[in-house]
Amino acid sequence: MTNATLTEKLKKKTVGIAGCGGLGSNCAVALARVGIGSLILVDFDIISESNLNRQYYFLSQVGESKAPALKRVIHQVNPSVSVITYEVKLDPEHILRYFKDCDIIVEAFDQADQKEMLIETVLSAFPEKPLVVGIGVAGWGMNERIHYRQTGNLHICGDEITGISELNPPLAPRVGIVANMQANVVLELLLKK
Amino acid sequence: MKIILNNTPEKFDQDMMTVNELLKAKTFTFKMLIVRINGNLVKKDEYNTATIRDKDDVMVLHLVSGG
Repeated sequence: MTNATLTEKLKKKTVGIAGCGGLGSNCAVALARVGIGSLILVDFDIISESNLNRQYYFLSQVGESKAPALKRVIHQVNPSVSVITYEVKLDPEHILRYFKDCDIIVEAFDQADQKEMLIETVLSAFPEKPLVVGIGVAGWGMNERIHYRQTGNLHICGDEITGISELNPPLAPRVGIVANMQANVVLELLLKK
Repeated sequence: MKIILNNTPEKFDQDMMTVNELLKAKTFTFKMLIVRINGNLVKKDEYNTATIRDKDDVMVLHLVSGG
């Protein structure tokens, strides 16, 4: 497929991204670069300096709300992406409302309990809609543990083992690898249809 | 019975088992889990009643923080 055909196909597609932290910001920018039509970005959080070790933001943006800040970053890369933002802490009701018309949903939360809530909600409410999750991104090295697997509409990227802790922080390389794997799965699914 | 657990064939002596029995047998002791049997989500309050039988395709996803 040529780049022109590919962008023509992607122009008509919408991807919902739940969380605009390390996974969400990097995945969204990758999709914007290749010409995704629309993105729906959801995050309630504000950019702090400690986020800059992995998230696609800049020092000048510290203190700004993540979802609209990410929209501005995306538009510096590709102004033709249509971006809708919601600055809320996602609950099951929001998920149904905001993501019902998305072609694909990307799970990009930080906390395990939030990941669980989103996956349970999507698998119950949208059993046909592809959901691409990032699980196990902390630390550094261990490239050989990072993998992709699929079960039904659930697509899993990450090592599925390494959780964050004080001695195992989330860092740009490994979080970025998994975020871009998620974007890569999204592309594969969108271009296959 | 023979089942597929996380894309890998597994054999058990029993003819059927509940989700809780499977988690115990495999020592999956994580708090945050997603369990699917043949593609259907099993909710937490069904772990004691939902059963796994021969030829079932079971997915257990362990959720860890980080993103």
